[in-house]
Amino acid sequence: MSDAVARAPFQFIGCVELRQALDHRATDERELLERLEDAPAGSVFYHTHGYFLRHRPITTAYGNDFAAWVAVHVRDQVLAERLAVINPFESATVEDLREELVSVINDHLLRLPSVPRVEFGEPFHFQQSHIVEVPLGAGATTLAEFRAGLAEVDSSAVYFHMVEARTRLGRRSGDFAEWLRGSLDMPQLAERIERIDAYMTSLERVRARVLSLVDAAIEGAEGGVGTGPA
Amino acid sequence: MTTIDDYRRVAAPGAVDMILRLAERVRGRRFLHVSGGRFGGGAPEILRAAVPLLVDLGTDASWEITGGDPGFYTTSGALRAALEGGERVLTDEGLDHYVEMNRVNAKKLRLDADLVFVHDVEPATLVANRPEQGRWVWRCHFDCAHPQRRAWAFLRPYVNQFDAAIFSLPKFTRRLNIPRFVIAPSIDPLSDKNRDMPLREVASILRGLGVPQDRPFLLQVGAFTPAEDPLGVVNAYRLVKKHYNVRLVLAGTGGGERESAEMLAELREAAAHDPDIVVLELPPDADLQINALQRAATIVIQKSVREGFGLGAAEAMWKGKPVVAGVAGGLSQQIVYDVTGYIVHSVEGAAFRLRHLLNNPELIARMGAAGREHVRRSFLITRHLTDYLALLIHLTR
Repeated sequence: MSDAVARAPFQFIGCVELRQALDHRATDERELLERLEDAPAGSVFYHTHGYFLRHRPITTAYGNDFAAWVAVHVRDQVLAERLAVINPFESATVEDLREELVSVINDHLLRLPSVPRVEFGEPFHFQQSHIVEVPLGAGATTLAEFRAGLAEVDSSAVYFHMVEARTRLGRRSGDFAEWLRGSLDMPQLAERIERIDAYMTSLERVRARVLSLVDAAIEGAEGGVGTGPA
Repeated sequence: MTTIDDYRRVAAPGAVDMILRLAERVRGRRFLHVSGGRFGGGAPEILRAAVPLLVDLGTDASWEITGGDPGFYTTSGALRAALEGGERVLTDEGLDHYVEMNRVNAKKLRLDADLVFVHDVEPATLVANRPEQGRWVWRCHFDCAHPQRRAWAFLRPYVNQFDAAIFSLPKFTRRLNIPRFVIAPSIDPLSDKNRDMPLREVASILRGLGVPQDRPFLLQVGAFTPAEDPLGVVNAYRLVKKHYNVRLVLAGTGGGERESAEMLAELREAAAHDPDIVVLELPPDADLQINALQRAATIVIQKSVREGFGLGAAEAMWKGKPVVAGVAGGLSQQIVYDVTGYIVHSVEGAAFRLRHLLNNPELIARMGAAGREHVRRSFLITRHLTDYLALLIHLTR
């Protein structure tokens, strides 16, 4: 299977995130709720999915900037836990994700006699990002070339093809799975890669999981790898 | 001369290739930096490393300096201090002269470029004389979130004439009519302050400084000013000293101001009563000495109560040291709490975390290693170049 030539080459694309400060900021959880309702969709994306890109070497205890701020600066562990468990990759759109975040904060505030606020920490500053795409290396035309390319590219390429492509660019399967399915006729491998859970892990671990699935496919027939969760 | 390929051995895997790919897209474009001087820390320190590398990458990068008479420097210095929140007297006459001098500077300097970065205050009003072509960006390296009103009222109309502004942190910004990008500063891992240093060289430098190497020592590097809270560090050390036989080394520049001289006198008084407190007044160019001290220290403290971005924390983490820092400036953005160090709010908090680390030496090694990797990804000049090139692409496409 690894010798089959793809109908179209796969081009790895890394990315650089240019951060832009917005005027929104919050000093308590009510303000966080209100600003979150009004913030541009790109800001919600930046503080949730983008967290995964920025925390590359270190997997921290929270899955998004909102949870991290509530935990570290407001010191409200209950809300931090409830926000941290929201997996941004499970929301079909950024608006769905915003709705979930807003409803969790709202529900939390309804149960409290007063609004938790920053006493000794820092306000939450809303930001958004512009992604500058960077094509990396020559295109891969076989599974073996894809494997070699993936092993070497900057980890921002893993983010771009697995997160940015799915959420902001609307390619729901992710670029790896889409290419394997559409250009190399490897639907089972595509499906396994699509099922990789990128939440609360690092880009390097995601890369390692994709590589191990590809290795298994190269070593055996495409269907030779197990069918359990990736 | 250092080239971009020299950074392959220290930068994150793939980082240099990413820079080369970005640079291919802006090859030959003119990228001009303008600052008020070539020497000292802050913008000049970053530009001394970044501009030659941008040239090596194939961009037509250059660096111009604004000049002026003593009145120009007095006013621009006072304006900068007032923008940072200090109380300063700014006269209409002085400000008019500052603007006029930059009008003259604009005539003398070659300001045509695809992208012009104007760094900090001295050259800021050049924008009033910008050519029609090219994009102009104000690169603010300091915290101007709480400026003196008159200072901001004066500068804001100029800043709004740029196409964009860059701040080191979102919390350092003010509301503007232009996009505000956020780019953190960086350290150069190949500079004298941060390059690898053999143990023998470290020992030799410490001997020269009179720092004994027979026991672990805690280190704070920073100016002897209330903002860096060296007296708070001494008090934290005293709480630690009850349980651990450590030294405290306070290294920094004194500066000529009265409050700094008083602070230094108080620290020397403390050191006179405790031989394990070492106070080192260093010249501004003591990069190798700071490098050696950071490498030899057991834990680095940065207990500032007021701070800019505070790259001293990144420098220490790069040398594999856990950092115990105050909640000020960019320190909480650099330190990943409980992973690369601790952010503390008090003298007692600092003492508690220092004791916690000294009592768990394996934690010191683990946090040090995590800190070095964190800096490798987030605070090296390679990341800074990546951001600058990406911005050049974004703004000039």
